[in-house]
This record gives sequence, structure tokens and C-alpha cells, in this order.
Amino acid sequence: MDYLAEGVVKALYLLLHGNAETYSAMGATVSASTLSILASLILGAPLGFLLGHYDFPGRRAVRSFTDTMLCVPTVVIGLLVYAFLTRHGPLGSLGLLFTIPGIALGQTVLGLPIVVAMTATAVEGLDERLSHTLMTLGANRKQIFLTTLSEARFAIALAAVAAYGRIVSEIGISMMIGGNIKWHTRTITTAIALETGKGEFAMGIALGLVLLVVAFGVNLLTSMLRRRAGK
Amino acid sequence: MKQVIAGLTLALMLLMTTAALAGDTVMMATTTSTDNTGLLDYLAPIFQADTGVELKWTAVGTGKALAMGENCDVDVLMVHAPDSEIKFVDAGFGEDRRLVMYNDFVIVGPEADPAKVKGMTAANALKAIAAAKAGFASRGDNSGTNKKELSLWAGAGIATPIKVEWYVETGQGMIATLNVAGEKGIYSMTDRGTWIKFESTHPDSMPLVIISEGDEALFNQYSVMAVAPAHCPAVNNAMALKYMDWIVTPAAQKAIADFKLLGKPLFIPNAK
Repeated sequence: MDYLAEGVVKALYLLLHGNAETYSAMGATVSASTLSILASLILGAPLGFLLGHYDFPGRRAVRSFTDTMLCVPTVVIGLLVYAFLTRHGPLGSLGLLFTIPGIALGQTVLGLPIVVAMTATAVEGLDERLSHTLMTLGANRKQIFLTTLSEARFAIALAAVAAYGRIVSEIGISMMIGGNIKWHTRTITTAIALETGKGEFAMGIALGLVLLVVAFGVNLLTSMLRRRAGK
Repeated sequence: MKQVIAGLTLALMLLMTTAALAGDTVMMATTTSTDNTGLLDYLAPIFQADTGVELKWTAVGTGKALAMGENCDVDVLMVHAPDSEIKFVDAGFGEDRRLVMYNDFVIVGPEADPAKVKGMTAANALKAIAAAKAGFASRGDNSGTNKKELSLWAGAGIATPIKVEWYVETGQGMIATLNVAGEKGIYSMTDRGTWIKFESTHPDSMPLVIISEGDEALFNQYSVMAVAPAHCPAVNNAMALKYMDWIVTPAAQKAIADFKLLGKPLFIPNAK
């Protein structure tokens, strides 16, 4: 029980004293999660729009597929991506194993279905008359696409927050693809696993709080951006 | 949108170039005991100061470390499962295996010692624990320690206890397994380095004590070997050799001997 209180004190110490190892892990977490959330949004929002806006044969099957992908355990995604990135694998020559972009690739596989599924649901939920009205006003496809996404922007922002939450807190992919390499691919979550493995429970709690501080910072930033965009 | 894509590409390029600009590095897969005890955190800066090469390592069980070597993901291995290592070399995946250091395994258990095994040899202790069904926490993860433990059961003439109530397979690292044994008040087996580290994290009350030690069967040898370039042309064999040549030098061996916790040495160098 003692280690809970000790953990809170340690968290403050790590943050205020500029502990190099902690800041390196924070840097790894922030760069991997930023890359993967951007990739998830850039790929996922248009795909979600297509899935929610157009009716095509097999659409229900695709929707069930994306909904199922929401439940794939992160360790399995890690194993799957490892099979491609290992030097013996088809993408081995890219040298992405044990790198931040490698982790980001795996995390994109994690975040993408969340963005696709939630964007599709949001687009489906919009008033059907929207696209008809846009068409009668002479909007072309691109204009319909952008206006629809803009109408669904709050739902997409929520999708981004949900996907970010899963990405930043996952450990299976970071451990399997990143390898928990000190000063390079040690993220906050893999550092927590290591400290727990060492029996340093207070340090694990402290790093957990550090992760919450990072997440709070990101949420603050996005809500500021949203407010500026709203004006 | 365009700006976001441009930003993303820029970030990726930056990450790639920083990776490319970094100096010589050697990538090692190793076991959890060398990492959890803090030995590598201590050795890596010395290695870099001596040779200018950065040591990067991923700490996994010996089973996974060997698999990473076979898949050509790492340049060098530092593990502690001699039988598996020799098979690995014979299969052509590794070469140039060298002894580095050793410590020993100890059988630990609750102070009360319900199976009355204190002071017995490892084989007799295990026999008594099994006969009394006194409870044993195993790593169960194909790590070097787990392999050693399984060989001890076999050596004691006992079939590997699977699916029996008193044998707990944690599937986790050594300290986590010791925590399970401590919480449940049952026996376990650990390498001495991790045991001293465990002692250092329980300054007030130790849930476990050493029950059996000093037996020749409990010897724990660590070795390094290079992933064979013939099997994996992409590995950085030159850097692997640099690391292997360094770790057997008298200076590096002395650094290992000087690595202590609670005043006790964790590993004893024995390179030839």
C-alpha cells in the first residue's frame, strides 16, 4: 500500500527534476503516438466517410470487419506487425524493427479501425437531406466530402480522442516492435512494465502518473485547437 | 490537410536521419536477469567510453532472445541456457560462443519451511517439495531460469509437474514470480543476482528466505555469442565482435566483479 503514496511523490520528483530517463520515455511515447494518431486520422477519416456515406455491396461485411478489429489484442497486433518487420519478413529491409516509426506503424493498425468505425457512424447519423441539399446547390464530390466531414467534425474529434487514448496506453505493440530499448524505444508504458518487473512498484505508479500528465497536455492542446477552429 | 501531411513526412524524415546519424551501435537480445539487476545500465556507458560503440539491448526470456537471433533481428546474444545455446550454434544460427560470467541459482521459500527442506541438495529439496505438495512458483516462460528449473525436476527423477494444484506457472519475469511465491508462501527458484535485487526492494520484511544453495547442479553460466553472418547477412558482425571482444577483457571482467548490490557481487566473471 505504501508504494501508492510513494509513487505520487516520485512522479512529482521525476517531472520537476527533469529526470533524463523519464523525459526520454515521454519523448518516445509522444513521438510514436503523434505519428500514429496522425496516420490513423489521415487514412481513417476518408475511409470512414466512404463507409458511412456510400452504399455498396459488401458494406455491412466491411462494417462488421472494422467493428471486430476494434477488439484485436495489442499483443496480437504486435506479433502480426513483427512478422512483417523482422529482417526475415517482407518489410525487413526497411529496418523499422526496434524503431519509433515501427511502433507507430503498429499503433496505426490499432488506431485506424477506431477512427474508421466512429467516423462511419457519425456520417451515417447525419441528416440524409444534407447531401441532397449539397447536390442541389451544385456541390461537386470533393465539396460534399469536405462539408460532410466538417458537419461530423465533433464526432471525428471524439474518435481521435478515443483512438489516442488506446494508442498512448497500449503496451503490447511497443514492447514487441520497440523492444523497450533504453534511450530509443523505451516508452512510458514499457518502462512501467520494466519497473514492475524489477519490483520497483512505486516507480511504476510514478510513471503511470507521468503518462496521465502527458495525456492531459494533449487533451488540453486539442481542446484549445478545437476552440480556435470553432471561432 | 496538406500541411499535416507535410508535417508528418518531415517528422518521419527527421526520425530516420537521427537514426542514420547515430554512431556505431550494436543490437543485443539478452535475458531479463541482466537487465532487471541493473548490470547493463552499468556496463553500457563503460563499453561506450572504451570503444565509442553504443550498446542497445532488448531484455526478454532466453527462449525469445534465441528466436530473435534466429530471425536476424539482433547482432549479438547474451543468455544463460548452455544446452539451448549449443543447439543454436550447431543449427548454424550463432557462432563464436564465449563464457562471460556466472552466478548460481538458489531455491527460496517461506521462513516456516513447510516441506522441511532447508539445507538439502537441490534434487532432494525438489523431491521433498513435490512429496509434500508444498507449493512451487515456476517462471513457466521458457526462459533460461525456467529451462534450468525443468532440468532440475528431471534430474530429481520427477516428471514435470503440470496441471497440479501446488505447481504455479506465472509466465512472468523473475521478480514478479518471486512476488507470487512470497504472497502465496510457497517455494521458487531464482538466480542469485535477481535474488539480491529482490532483497534490496524489501528492506523491511523479506517474505522469502534461501532454502537451498551451493549445490553444483545450481551453477548458472552466462555466455555471449554472435548471430552467424552466414545465416543472417544483414547483421552487424563487426560490432558484435567488438562487444564480445570487449566483455572478455580484464577491465570489463573487473567491472562485472565490481558490480554490487547491498555489498554483494551479483555476477562472477569467468571469461577464459
